[in-house]
Amino acid sequence: MNIETLLLMIPLLPLAGSLIAGLFGRLIGRSAAHWVTILAVTASFALSAHVAWEVFVNDLPVLNYSVYTWAVTDGFQFEIGFLIDSLTALMMVVVTFVSLMVHIYTVGYMHDDPGYQRFFAYINLFTFAMLMLVMANNFLQLFFGWEAVGVVSYLLIGFWFKKESAVRANLKAFLVNRAGDFGLILGVAAVLMYAGSLDYAAVFAAVPAMEGQTISLFAGVEWSVLTFICICLFIGAMGKSAQVPLHVWLPDSMEGPTPISALIHAATMVTAGIFMVARLSPMFEASVPALSFILVIGAITALFMGLVGIVQTDIKRVVAYSTLSQLGYMTVALGVSAYSVAIFHLMTHAFFKALLFLAAGSVIIALHHKQDMREMGGLARYLPITAATAWLGSLALIGFPFFSGFYSKDLIIEAVKLADRPGVAFATFAVYAGVVITALYSFRLLYLTFHGPTRMDDETRAHAHESPWVVTVPLILLAIPSVLIGYFTVVPLLFGGALADAIFVREAHDVVAQLAYKFDDGPFAFGLHGFLTPVFWLAMLGVGLATWVYLFNPGIAEAAKQRLYPVWKILDNKYGFDDLYMKGITGGSLKFASGLSNRGDRMIIDGWLVGGTVRLVGRIADASRALQSGFLFHYAFAMIIGLVAIVASFVLLKG
Amino acid sequence: MLTLAHFLSLGALLFCISVAGIFLNRKNVLILLMCIELMLLAVNINFIAFSRFLDNMDGQVFVFFILTVAAAEAAIGLAILVVLFRNRRTINVEELADLKG
Amino acid sequence: MPIIELVFYLFGTILILAALGVVTVGNPVYAALYLVLAFFSAACIWLLLQAEFLAIVLVLVYVGAVMVLFLFVVMMLDVKTAPLREGFTRFLPVGLLVAFAMALQMFLVIWTRGLEAVPMPQPQPEGYSHTAELGLLLYTDYLFAFEIAAVLLLVAIIAAIMLTHRRRPNTKHQDPSRQVRVTREERVRLVSMPAEGGSSAGSDAARKRGEGS
Repeated sequence: MNIETLLLMIPLLPLAGSLIAGLFGRLIGRSAAHWVTILAVTASFALSAHVAWEVFVNDLPVLNYSVYTWAVTDGFQFEIGFLIDSLTALMMVVVTFVSLMVHIYTVGYMHDDPGYQRFFAYINLFTFAMLMLVMANNFLQLFFGWEAVGVVSYLLIGFWFKKESAVRANLKAFLVNRAGDFGLILGVAAVLMYAGSLDYAAVFAAVPAMEGQTISLFAGVEWSVLTFICICLFIGAMGKSAQVPLHVWLPDSMEGPTPISALIHAATMVTAGIFMVARLSPMFEASVPALSFILVIGAITALFMGLVGIVQTDIKRVVAYSTLSQLGYMTVALGVSAYSVAIFHLMTHAFFKALLFLAAGSVIIALHHKQDMREMGGLARYLPITAATAWLGSLALIGFPFFSGFYSKDLIIEAVKLADRPGVAFATFAVYAGVVITALYSFRLLYLTFHGPTRMDDETRAHAHESPWVVTVPLILLAIPSVLIGYFTVVPLLFGGALADAIFVREAHDVVAQLAYKFDDGPFAFGLHGFLTPVFWLAMLGVGLATWVYLFNPGIAEAAKQRLYPVWKILDNKYGFDDLYMKGITGGSLKFASGLSNRGDRMIIDGWLVGGTVRLVGRIADASRALQSGFLFHYAFAMIIGLVAIVASFVLLKG
Repeated sequence: MLTLAHFLSLGALLFCISVAGIFLNRKNVLILLMCIELMLLAVNINFIAFSRFLDNMDGQVFVFFILTVAAAEAAIGLAILVVLFRNRRTINVEELADLKG
Repeated sequence: MPIIELVFYLFGTILILAALGVVTVGNPVYAALYLVLAFFSAACIWLLLQAEFLAIVLVLVYVGAVMVLFLFVVMMLDVKTAPLREGFTRFLPVGLLVAFAMALQMFLVIWTRGLEAVPMPQPQPEGYSHTAELGLLLYTDYLFAFEIAAVLLLVAIIAAIMLTHRRRPNTKHQDPSRQVRVTREERVRLVSMPAEGGSSAGSDAARKRGEGS
């Protein structure tokens, strides 16, 4: 089988599985539905792994070809095409692997759900859309995949469509993403306008020519075209990757089933923005202002969203805010031109965050869909495998040396320290503070859930037991890369030039290359050195704080909440973004719309134009009805009067 | 010396008389129909007078067609009248106001 | 006074008087007869104007056919004329006013625009036929209009017949198609009768059987 066919099969197999499970789900039954979809994803994963092997080990040259020309209009080609390089191969493996784990996990998690087949159809469809996104070789297909994952995300957040909060959450996710997508499509349109093509390679080739050009946004304000395009595209990424201020949908998306939270809202879809910026690195490299913007947005997200995670009580929401914070870290890495580090963190994060979500899901199954951490505690006794894997995931998350998260996060911090561009000072503070906060909320979650006194009611406790193997096996399989993948891939990926064919960094910006010396003695030495860095001690500070407060002195948390009530209130309100959007934007546009509706539609259009026409016709009819007496002589009289008038006009006008 | 004006005056007089007739006999459909015939006759007189004085036969052709239409009109009008009388037992126009709006 | 003017004024006066008669008399029969008179006088005036064919047609078609039709209808309908005359005097002033206004206007047009100065052209030479001329025009320039007029008359005939035609419920008539389609069962009913002297119950039962068959 040649490589083109093979590559085509990677996205099409999940699509076929999705169609079978979605259209004939009722016909083929539950187990057939999950077998079909799991087999499709397994095959997809195997093929992706094969492709990755070819790319990374056998040095397959970069493949960039068009599969199908969708349309040619006015000289512009709209194509479906694949760009297979190291970045794509890496993303494909991550996406299909996490997707496969989630598929298996779903068998256990959704066991009793009536929408079983539908769910599998959706996640298979998601896999297809995400693969199309990462394999794209042009902006159009990127946009297609971008929107397709958005649609599936919408469908899955609202999977339990009878739950009002779920319907609200998916609508919110969809609308907020529209705001971001507006930026994206503006950016794509600007690319088409200035580069004359949507093909990545052609656009990158046009970057030097575009560098000097300016665009007049308002009268008299000249902007660099590239900065404009990059910021527009990044606004799209802000929506998809939930960066402040377009982050509000991600916590609410936790209304969806937990496997979805793991797959879409932690590991893959939300990282699409990160992936896009890395993929378009030749463009972003040309615009330092755009990178600064990215840096500051990422730093804000990393710091402030982590803070909110500390006060959340819903186990999934804590993980969701953690995801926001980690996405902020990735964005920061992008902002300092450390694209490869961002991708590296994306990969490690995909594993350990999926693991944490699935572990949270396992807890939720055991407690019969209770998610409030205040009603948990001491679950390690009942759920040993879940607790162990959650520990591993959390250690990876806080960046404990030798765990995968350690390498990626430590390198982000180092890269920020080395970078030199506006906003770096704030970003440095944010990433350091973020370490403490990450450790704090991660261990708070562990302690409140798995340790300390049990706060469940007796019935729940009686039923709490370890989840079935379909749930625990994915946990274990995800725990392995969560722990190890950083150690084994850090050197080849970042310093061995494995991503060099996909990511372009200008020499002046190349902070990653400056970090290479730290790995002269290999990742093990770097891990050992990690125990001595301030980052580690900051993390330990967070861990210690969490241990002291949540494990031994639960009263302190409550006391601190009382003492620092205004701060707590701000965090609990998530800085008021939701209120701002609801009252400010939504309320304002609602008022505007109801004004239009009342004044414009009901009063002017319905009342005056439509109703007025009717009334006018009615009045005229009333008046003319009086003329219609039905008496012949009245009509004759009218005719004769008319005749007299006509003759009179002849006489008087001498016509 | 007879001029065109004399014949036109005759037609005009005839027309005005029939108009007055329509006003006076506003209830009797039969007389109304007769008045309409008179009006047509007045118009025909005008046509023929013009035809003669302008030495143009087209005027007579028009009169020919007007006679045709008038005959058809009289036939149908009277038929309607007969049906009307059969159904309503009256030809009083004042009792025929079913189309009042 | 030349003979032409004498004829004109004579028949003109008769025409006007007859027209006044049509609109003023109460009895529709008299009105119809006055109308006949009016048409006659008009025909005479048309002869003056050398429209011989139309004058004859007016007498034949109008007086002979249409006016007879009017008379038929007038006599056929049992019309009480008294109520129809109501309001005659009440509307006399209005009618006269409108009629005078129109007459005034028309006379103003007729007598102030130079029409009074148009003299009667010389009569055509002997042997000239207006009828032939008219026929020539009708069958050449106005052929289509002429044919349409024929169709119009046909439509009028059919319409008049359809309007007045009615099927009386108790008239007796034959329906040949039903006569042809008649079947044996409609004509003959077989009845089985008991033999002489059977019991009355048995004969009842037999009759029932017979009707059932």
